[in-house]
Amino acid sequence: MKYLEDIGKYFMMLGQVFKRPQKGRVFYEALIKEIEELGLKSLGIIMFISFFIGGVIALQTALNLENPFIPKSLIGFAAKRSIILEFAPTFCSIILAGKVGSYITSSIGTMRVTEQIDALEVMGINSLNYLVLPKVIATVFFYPFLIALAMILGIFGGWVAGVLSGLFTGADYIEGIQTTFNPYLIRYAIIKTLVFAFLIATVPSFHGYYVKGGSIAVGKASTQSVVWTTVLIVIANYFLTQMLLT
Amino acid sequence: MIDVKNLHKGFGGVQVLKGITTNFHPGKTSLIIGQSGSGKTVFLKSLIGLHTPEEGTISFDGRVSTNFTNEERRQWRQEIGMVFQGSALFDSQTVEENVMFPLKMFKKQSQKEMLERVNFVLDRVNLTNSNKKFPAELSGGMQKRVAIARAIVMNPKYLFCDEPNSGLDPQTAIVIDKLIQEITDEYQITTVINTHDMNSVMEIGEKIVFLKDGRKAWEGSSNEIFKTDNEAVVSFVYSSNLFKKVREAYLNEKNL
Repeated sequence: MKYLEDIGKYFMMLGQVFKRPQKGRVFYEALIKEIEELGLKSLGIIMFISFFIGGVIALQTALNLENPFIPKSLIGFAAKRSIILEFAPTFCSIILAGKVGSYITSSIGTMRVTEQIDALEVMGINSLNYLVLPKVIATVFFYPFLIALAMILGIFGGWVAGVLSGLFTGADYIEGIQTTFNPYLIRYAIIKTLVFAFLIATVPSFHGYYVKGGSIAVGKASTQSVVWTTVLIVIANYFLTQMLLT
Repeated sequence: MIDVKNLHKGFGGVQVLKGITTNFHPGKTSLIIGQSGSGKTVFLKSLIGLHTPEEGTISFDGRVSTNFTNEERRQWRQEIGMVFQGSALFDSQTVEENVMFPLKMFKKQSQKEMLERVNFVLDRVNLTNSNKKFPAELSGGMQKRVAIARAIVMNPKYLFCDEPNSGLDPQTAIVIDKLIQEITDEYQITTVINTHDMNSVMEIGEKIVFLKDGRKAWEGSSNEIFKTDNEAVVSFVYSSNLFKKVREAYLNEKNL
């Protein structure tokens, strides 16, 4: 029953979020700030993880292809597919759900328990619109770029790993990543990213906005929001894959 | 004037406010007092529209708040200033940005005009040279001053304060009390303060409403509170020996 109530509350929250901002200039300033907080400040971790995971994917693929009849270029091909289809959009979004999700919940939750949200409401400001809409726009606008960067760095990491380990040559790897390039897969990955970005902004906002209690409640809400965002990303990933690829 | 009639409010089947009727006048500092759990905060939050009453009406200069259209409510919100218990300043904004925030949201003014107004109100609350500081860099008393400055920056008709003295030393508490009283008098604001602080009751209580178990148990002025024989008020206000002695001295002086 509680879950149903929360789902209803979540959609009612979205109804308040997607209203015209009360003041364009204030919204624009908040949007720029959120792009920096939620997007630019995540660049480092995404670049670091993408590079190394790309390397690991390439190494694992190479180590599992022992049959001499299988061309080495298949390593690059398999690594490229894994990175574009799953690693970059899904794995990176789960990392962002942890990093950005906990930040969103704790910042909005702290505003709730310290009456800052009440202060906004008393001033006559639609607090959900003011606090959440810039986050949604920032993530939905910026994360596709972040994921595209993760794809490039992941593939590059695979090439570096191969060359350094000697398990395959750079030429084989490049041949593999150039084999049967299907632009639809990029579109698929971007569509997934947009949905995940929306979840990363709204689910933690929901948990932060409706928190009740003090600092412990904010901490619990942060944990819950990361868990729920991850669960929803995984479920959405399954349905999107079925809808878009089968 | 704020006119409250038969106000009822409950949560989850528990009735918190049980038919409160009272009024608050412009240019006067009115205090709501009572024990913890007596319904003071719910009453104040009902006045500022954060809680919707289940029964009864609250009217602001003849306009009933529960009947407001969205536009009227938006307009009315701009007539309200609120000082929260913990100041509720926006952590991520400087003092200047905090005070300027309502102006940015609702006024069509240039940055220069807004800055002039911000500096004026900050000066009014005796807080200069702190514009670029963040709330975390300020003392409790300074945070309260910023909260007051933010509350009055839009020239409100109604000012509400939830325990403005909580967490402050007695000297700073008196300064904040006096500041609120001066501002109320100067701009003829209808000010309602929710407090536990008996010093405030004695010093600035032009009208005092005493709540007990969600009901209005007594109302009067700070002079009348010395003379009252209302048992609930006497046991609450004069629970400390100091205030008992103050009361005795007052009554002796007046030969009552």
